[in-house]
Amino acid sequence: MGDISAPDTDVINCSTPHNDKITTLHYPFTLSALPNNHNFPRNDKTTTQFSSHNSSLFWITRGLSLHFLPLPPLFLISDFLHNGRLAREILHLGPPSGKDVVDDFSGRRRMPEFDTPPWNLESGRHCVVSIRLVLVLYDPCHLSVILYDVLSNSMRFYKELMLALDFPGGKVMFVPEMNFLPGSTSERINCYRVLDDNGQTFSKSKFQELSKEDAVKMYTDMVTLQVMDTIFYEAQRQGRISFYLTSIGEEAINVASAAALTIDDIVFPQYREPGVLLWRGFTLQEFANQCFGNKLDYGKGRQMPIHYGSNRLNYYTVTQIPHAVGAAYSLKMDGKKACTITYFGDGGTSEGDFHAALNFAAVMEVPVIFFCRNNGWAISTPTTEQFRSDGAVVRGQAYGIHSIRIDGNDALAVYSAVHAAREMAIRESRPILIEALTYRVGHHSTSDDSTKYRSTDEIEHWRTARDPVSKFRKWVEGNGWWSDVAEEEHRNNTRKELLRAIQMAERTQKPSLSELFTDVYDQVPRNLQEQERTLREIIKKNSNDYPSDVPV
Amino acid sequence: MAMALRALGRRISHSDRFFSSLSEAAKPPSDGKLINLFTAINQALHIALDTDPRSYVFGEDVRFGGVFRCTTGLTDKFGRDRVFNTPLCEQGIIGFAIGLAAMGNRAIAEIQFADYIYPAFDQIVNEAAKFRYRSGNEFNCGGLTVRSPYGAVGHGGHYHSQSPESFFCHVPGLKVVIPRSPRQAKGLLLSCIRDPNPVIFFEPKLLYRLSVEEVPEDDYMLPLSEAEVIRQGSDITLIGWGAQLSILEQACDAAAKEGISCELIDLKTLIPWDKETVESSVRKTGKLLISHEAPVTGGFGAEISASIVERCFLRLEAPIARVCGLDTPFPLVYEQFYLPTMNKILDAIKATVKY
Repeated sequence: MGDISAPDTDVINCSTPHNDKITTLHYPFTLSALPNNHNFPRNDKTTTQFSSHNSSLFWITRGLSLHFLPLPPLFLISDFLHNGRLAREILHLGPPSGKDVVDDFSGRRRMPEFDTPPWNLESGRHCVVSIRLVLVLYDPCHLSVILYDVLSNSMRFYKELMLALDFPGGKVMFVPEMNFLPGSTSERINCYRVLDDNGQTFSKSKFQELSKEDAVKMYTDMVTLQVMDTIFYEAQRQGRISFYLTSIGEEAINVASAAALTIDDIVFPQYREPGVLLWRGFTLQEFANQCFGNKLDYGKGRQMPIHYGSNRLNYYTVTQIPHAVGAAYSLKMDGKKACTITYFGDGGTSEGDFHAALNFAAVMEVPVIFFCRNNGWAISTPTTEQFRSDGAVVRGQAYGIHSIRIDGNDALAVYSAVHAAREMAIRESRPILIEALTYRVGHHSTSDDSTKYRSTDEIEHWRTARDPVSKFRKWVEGNGWWSDVAEEEHRNNTRKELLRAIQMAERTQKPSLSELFTDVYDQVPRNLQEQERTLREIIKKNSNDYPSDVPV
Repeated sequence: MAMALRALGRRISHSDRFFSSLSEAAKPPSDGKLINLFTAINQALHIALDTDPRSYVFGEDVRFGGVFRCTTGLTDKFGRDRVFNTPLCEQGIIGFAIGLAAMGNRAIAEIQFADYIYPAFDQIVNEAAKFRYRSGNEFNCGGLTVRSPYGAVGHGGHYHSQSPESFFCHVPGLKVVIPRSPRQAKGLLLSCIRDPNPVIFFEPKLLYRLSVEEVPEDDYMLPLSEAEVIRQGSDITLIGWGAQLSILEQACDAAAKEGISCELIDLKTLIPWDKETVESSVRKTGKLLISHEAPVTGGFGAEISASIVERCFLRLEAPIARVCGLDTPFPLVYEQFYLPTMNKILDAIKATVKY
């Protein structure tokens, strides 16, 4: 859309002072009271004189009036009240002061969103002025137009003269009585959904089309994730790994959001998004290696299970929301056609860095997708104890971010929303907030027993009736792309492969002791070298006290 | 290879930094103009932005030049995309900086006063310091440098005078660097910016205008993790950093009048700190005095003291003295009573020498 700091080309070549200062001009009228959106300089979106009124009304009045003579003085008055461009040219005056678009004197400008007629180009303003001039001189119908303009603009003129105030940040209309904005709207923000409970699309559903290949890959990855979660959970219960955290109920969020991105989009996950890695090609062996913390783990055995990371797949080791914003700024500065995405739960939106990140993303204008997995629970804390706002989606708007609420158990909705968000984010270099409503079917982790704070009926309902995997399966099968045979085969193969991977991972050695001291800094500093020496001496004397599976 | 990777548009997991902090750097050339501390820092930032097109300077009020003028002229020269204001949120500043650094850029973030660094404490300690370690070196944010004015200024009170360096000295993965003068500041800051680890650079705000020195105009770097003996002596070793060194120097001069020869060491990098230089000095003198503005309990002087006792116990001829701030919040009208002033240090020197 163009660089917002590029100077505007004024229609009639008035020299537009393009800077942060307000220019006040000496006018017969009180200039500061001129209608807001008829002042320039402008941003990429321009308004024309016609935007101030309903354009169909304009044509109607024009068409109906047939008997009036053109009256140049009336035209001049009308023109004056719009922005006086022509009149100013004639009278050798400069442009009026404009404050609607310049905020905080920074020169960075924000245009309010409003409808513009088709001719809202820079050159369109030339057209507009020329048309009016022609109409005045040749078209007897013009007087009605002028009268209409005069009237409507007088109303606005009066309104803004009487009721608008200049402040840093722009003009505001003031009101004589107090009106508190309600803390919440009477109706919750609507939720975008494509598939019904039977896996059929609604008649009016609009969604991003999926190829058979992608749909089948999405489905099989969702199944793989389910199988992986079940088996790793069992492995933890058997004491083979120390910890695990499932994504049951959120398979659609995991896989469909990943499917809508490209490999160049950078992922800053929380911890319930291994499906994103799965989609990108992380193997079951690699997952197992990290869970067992063996020497093939990219994390070198330093972190608890499920803290996956892969530089090759652009998936940062479990990290935090503001990092995605800085990384998105880097992408923008490097001119990459990519965005970043960061995931977090409903609980995560209460943390300070969520608010910091959204605010920074909006101000810095970076291509980042904030994906909130609102699954109803932050360990044992339900959303009623987490916030009083209408979920996370309204918070995006508070920071000036386009936001959407979607059904997180609907793979097509997730896919479409992330696809659209990505396009918007990259094309307009802006952040997008997606709140996916879903349910955390599993416990928070293997250290949690959620039946202590919620009913098993509730869990069962979401596990069965609202399962995203079976819902998507119905849609995929409905297209003739999947079958029961394929299902059984895939589940069996995945299970076998996973059990093999776990066995391999279990047998693989742990990383050697020296990896305890590396990567604290880029090189091992002297104090750590000394500590390593001391530690090795102690181990030599007391080798029985130390785990035998870490090679010294 | 690093350049090729960058050309492919991928993040660089192993840093492409020019050198590691432990390598030797040339001594700075001795010629130069007389400038003060904030000008020296300004020069360093100019050079950093000039030499690496993927470096950024940002923070609160950075764009117009900063509340201490350290960033004047940068926006005009390098543009608003590279030198910019951030919203008023330290947590966001450092979180944003970490993300930027993780993508292979040099992120030079400013925290307006060290007193305000605490909202960013989680980001610094849990994220920046552990970024490389926790990912098994798949990722790192070595390009991160946090600059912040610290220390007493005469009238700063609780929230414009703090010295929080010891909090960060307790965090493996970070480096903490404190310059004593303009020439040191420029060289050390350039080293910090180019060091492939997250570094916190505390600038003694009292010295921004007060300290004037000849500083070479060109690009030079001073090594990190190397302490400097700035005055040779034989009777007692004095250690300090930042603005406190000038107080220690005055104490040295006063002690010399009484026949005590003091060896003065500028620690420069607090972690990882140069134990060898300090140890060899204490082996020479047998006595040690540490002085810092931060409160004495849990201050970095405690770490130095404990380490030197471990290494030099039998050589020490007197208890290690610490002349530091009191264990109170930094007061306003009582500032001169609170601070480790020259007379307190001189008394401690004499007591230690005569032990």
